[in-house]
Amino acid sequence: MNKTQPATVPPAEAPAPLKSAPSRPEPRPERSTGSRIGALVQRQGVLAVLLTVILIASFVYPTFASVDNARGITVQASFLAIVALGMTLVIITGGIDLSVGSVFALGGVLAAWASPWGFFAALFVPLVVCGTIGLVNGLLIARANMAPFIVTLASLLAARGILLAFTDEGATTYLVPKDSAFAELGQGSVWGFGYPILIALALFGAGGLLLQRTSFGQTLFAVGGSSDAATLMGLPVARTKILVYTLSGLLAGLAGALNAARLSSGVTIVGVGMELDAISAVVIGGTLLIGGAGSISGTLWGVLLLAVIQNLINQIGSLNSSYQSVVSGGFLIVVVVAQRYLARSRRTT
Amino acid sequence: MTTQATLPRPAAKPLARLRDPAWYQEYGVYAAVAVVLLFNALFTEHFMTADNLRTQLVQVAPIVIVALGMALVIGTEGIDLSVGSTMALAAALLPLYLGYGLVPALLIALLAGAVVGAINGTLVSLVGLQPIVATLALFVGGRGLALVMADGQLKQIVNPDILALGTGSFLGIPTVVLIAGVLALAVAFLVQRTTFGRQIVAIGGNRSASALSGLPVKRVLIGVYILCGVMAALAGILATARLTASDPSSLGTLMELSAITAVVVGGTPLNGGSIRVLGTVAGALLMQLLRATLVKHDLPDSTAQIAQAAIIIAAVYVARERRSR
Amino acid sequence: MAPTHATPPHPETAGAGAAVAEPVPVLEARSVSKRFPGVVALDDVSFALRAGEVHALVGENGAGKSTLIKVLTGVYQSDEGEVRVSGQPVRFARPFEAQQAGISTIYQEVNLVPLMSVARNIFLGREPKNRFGLIDFPRMNRETTELLDGFGVRVDPKRPLHTLGIGTQQMVALARAVSVQAQVVIMDEPTSSLEPREVETLFRVIENLRGQGIAVLYVSHRMDELYRICDRVTVLRDGRHIHTGELAPLERMQLVSMMLGRDMAEVRRDGLTGFAAEGHDAARTPVLTAKGLNRRHQLHGISVELYAGEVLGLGGLLGSGRSETAKALTGALPLDGGEITVDGKRLGRPTPAAAIRAGISMLPEDRKAEGIVPGLSVRENIVLAAMPRLSKAGIVSRAKQDRIVDIFMKRLRIKASSPEQKVGELSGGNQQKVLLARWLCLEPKVLLLDEPTRGIDVGAKAEVQSLIDELAREGLAVLLISSDIEELIEGADRIVVLRGGAVAGELAGDEVDESRLLEVLADHTPDTVNHTPDTVNRAPGAVLADRTPDAGPSDRTPHAAPGDHTPEPGGKAPAGQEDPR
Repeated sequence: MNKTQPATVPPAEAPAPLKSAPSRPEPRPERSTGSRIGALVQRQGVLAVLLTVILIASFVYPTFASVDNARGITVQASFLAIVALGMTLVIITGGIDLSVGSVFALGGVLAAWASPWGFFAALFVPLVVCGTIGLVNGLLIARANMAPFIVTLASLLAARGILLAFTDEGATTYLVPKDSAFAELGQGSVWGFGYPILIALALFGAGGLLLQRTSFGQTLFAVGGSSDAATLMGLPVARTKILVYTLSGLLAGLAGALNAARLSSGVTIVGVGMELDAISAVVIGGTLLIGGAGSISGTLWGVLLLAVIQNLINQIGSLNSSYQSVVSGGFLIVVVVAQRYLARSRRTT
Repeated sequence: MTTQATLPRPAAKPLARLRDPAWYQEYGVYAAVAVVLLFNALFTEHFMTADNLRTQLVQVAPIVIVALGMALVIGTEGIDLSVGSTMALAAALLPLYLGYGLVPALLIALLAGAVVGAINGTLVSLVGLQPIVATLALFVGGRGLALVMADGQLKQIVNPDILALGTGSFLGIPTVVLIAGVLALAVAFLVQRTTFGRQIVAIGGNRSASALSGLPVKRVLIGVYILCGVMAALAGILATARLTASDPSSLGTLMELSAITAVVVGGTPLNGGSIRVLGTVAGALLMQLLRATLVKHDLPDSTAQIAQAAIIIAAVYVARERRSR
Repeated sequence: MAPTHATPPHPETAGAGAAVAEPVPVLEARSVSKRFPGVVALDDVSFALRAGEVHALVGENGAGKSTLIKVLTGVYQSDEGEVRVSGQPVRFARPFEAQQAGISTIYQEVNLVPLMSVARNIFLGREPKNRFGLIDFPRMNRETTELLDGFGVRVDPKRPLHTLGIGTQQMVALARAVSVQAQVVIMDEPTSSLEPREVETLFRVIENLRGQGIAVLYVSHRMDELYRICDRVTVLRDGRHIHTGELAPLERMQLVSMMLGRDMAEVRRDGLTGFAAEGHDAARTPVLTAKGLNRRHQLHGISVELYAGEVLGLGGLLGSGRSETAKALTGALPLDGGEITVDGKRLGRPTPAAAIRAGISMLPEDRKAEGIVPGLSVRENIVLAAMPRLSKAGIVSRAKQDRIVDIFMKRLRIKASSPEQKVGELSGGNQQKVLLARWLCLEPKVLLLDEPTRGIDVGAKAEVQSLIDELAREGLAVLLISSDIEELIEGADRIVVLRGGAVAGELAGDEVDESRLLEVLADHTPDTVNHTPDTVNRAPGAVLADRTPDAGPSDRTPHAAPGDHTPEPGGKAPAGQEDPR
């Protein structure tokens, strides 16, 4: 079995032999086919589920498979996607960011407030404020060694408080000037793709590169995989954590600003519970909540899956819209339980 | 602000222990409650009146009940995000079964809490999911289910027995407060003096050691989540009774955060192995009194939220000091 | 053999290279003191490491070895004195600064990231980049293979680290250390979890390092190893420097007496272990019978009989199924087949609770992860398993607990300020005694001890050993697992040797001696040593890198799941027990 095989075949496509003859320097032992398939299913299982759901839905509900509907779903999903992108990075470090929903809302309000001063002000103000909130989260977590769950729980409250203070306890709604460049950012499109979608896609592309192909990305995995080991290897653990929470704040703020641009106003009541949607999407996407493993693409599929479910429930007109959360919750259970068993079977085969 | 008041500068030698962070972890929350009360006695009119204190206690009672269950879960190194949804479920079920009489309706509502808890507990202990993920699913799905059952509508409750739960009193103490108080004592007894309680703490402290010592880890974990679910359901019933209406769309929203806050401010560490029951009650009380104080001084909700955030950070910071020594 | 690319001269190498001949030490501590609240961990300790030497650092737990290492590697900063690298005073604020100065540390527990691949682990923080500034994975994997080849280790660089055996993981850690141009490699108990074959590989690598002029500071309790590979030795005791000198001329007893601070004659009289010389009178009928224990990949038809009043040693190398057998006997490891009988009664579906009820108690191998509940008091830790027996209707009885706890704290001489002191604050030896008390207060018929003396200081070790003796004499059936051959031979009346998850042989009576045991342990017929079919192709001495993924990690930790692998805070390698906090 391991006599002739790998010498000519590139290692990536030669999964079979566990071990090669030691006399030959080239071929290296590879992982077994089973574990690779397992890994593939775990990584891309959500994509398969997503495609299946889309396929079935397209047959059953003709209105589902229209371009308009697809556009609607993706625009809707792009805001959560941007938030979930930051959440993925945070969760890979073994942390969690509960503040993103509040920060999202705050970002929207600040953007709408600043929009009369122009396009850049409308982006700059929310990014600075939301980035600062993320920075404070990161400082408290990395420098003061406090639990991410509780720190970001506090900043969830604080960001909501700042938002209320800024809008006369929610009484004031700032409007984005019509036909401004900023409103265009939320509502305009190129070749039928809304700007938010394009921005989300660009961010995911950049996020993927950042995570997989840069030292910063490797450090995220290392910090999440074993914080002690990362410290002993001299990796900048604290700095990485601070950066990742700042990034999460920035992305949530940006998503909020884009949302405000699309709605033409800084709606104060958005974003409640969004952190949990984002976490759901990340977890469904196959990222381990304990950190150290995960992928950006999985999160994207997770977000889309949630959005498609929501859309489907709307398609089934007779159904109470409350069913959406029931189905999402059900999906979450099914996916995480399936992942759990997949991971288990991967280890034992 | 009040957070400052809880950290007085040590004046003389006898107060030297105030420099010790461990002291704050141990007694900080009680001291903070005392300081808030003292502040109000001095600077707030009509605060230290029986009427007002009664109102505060009535308002805090459901939070205390949920927080007690949450404290048990956190003691096992878990967390239960689904408590708010469980409250909504109980509230939605209550009017549906009131036709069969008070007791069946109450039992059904409590049973719903037990079922939610059993699902959470099973996912955590048998499937081996992380508590956040396991309870996230029912957090998302539970309220949806409640809304589906209630048809998304608010229902008035006219059953006098139920309403009596919310407004009645015994020996001048509101029934709700009485129930919360009795439960607090019961949970304290459970944690301190029963094998089940000590097993909860041991499992939270070291799960595999407990398993190897023959402790029924899975059973205890499921039991803890069931207890937490039942308590949340009870809180949902009481809150509904006080509201005189079943409102599954908003009842108990953000309750998981209030409960976790109360537990953490009360000095129970999030990483399990220790449960502070009295501290949890004080933690819930502190947040309630603080909010009331700010309201009485015409400070808006925004300030209250920011103040809450500051207190959470302070409480955890103090706990952190202790752990690192 | 040396990894070719790993030798470009380091900025500081110029001086150090010449230091082989010169007396300037590569690494030196001068009058270093380190105090913690209430404890002087290091008291005016001086110590020097020469280039190209392998230097043993020995001492009991609490002697200050770990603290010294931590000061040398920047984990701690000394209160007094200074650290010099190649004659230059340095002050490391962080471990990384020590690493940059060429000081690398390999800890007891491998300090790498389990979920990441071998190559990523080796290059973490200094990944090779392509011209777009992105990580060049092909080059990274290639260089990893070359580097590990230099160590005679063959492993797929893309494989996640946690799927490898501990020994291979350690080689990866070593490869990382060497590839960051280390001048000094500090190894803290590197062989504590290695198989003899892996130890051989390690020693070859150490020789290799010595040849390259790299200084090795070697911390170990295993005398054989020290005498085999170390040139010089430094002894610490109670935070003080006791002795530094050539190792070869130093007699073993002398070394031990310096470590213990005991009179040589006393050591001679007591022997090196706390076991009495004579054996025990075992009963005729077995208390515990296990027949045909089977578990996929791990146990293959293991049968054991254990008699009252005897100490049965369970020998075998790491991964031979020792701990798995013990775990299976207590129901902690689900079986695919087999039967366990206690006093003639069959255990239906073995679970820890059922085993405990039947009278089987097991002291687990990993004290921190599977033993103590650090936040609970000594009292609660002792009564943990016995709690249901000490309660009525689910309500605990403090009086009953106190009585039991008092008895066992006295009998086992547990040193704690009070029964209410938290167990996490005790020394390793006392923690172990607390765990023994936990199991003894159940009044078991069978006591399974998995590495009962690992990682505890010499004094406590002797106490535990004589306790084992005493318990067997009182009629308890004791199963002793130990990788300390001396302990096994002196302690056990009979030894069952496992290999590859099956019984390889049994030694009884006069056969119980070191040479006989080693003979059975080291049976070299390839197809019996290892049942995996591909062993034949392995280079002689190459590390067993392709163990089945579940056999590797699971015999070390209770959580085989990589996802469950939470590095225990404080329980990490830098020897928690010595940490006075």
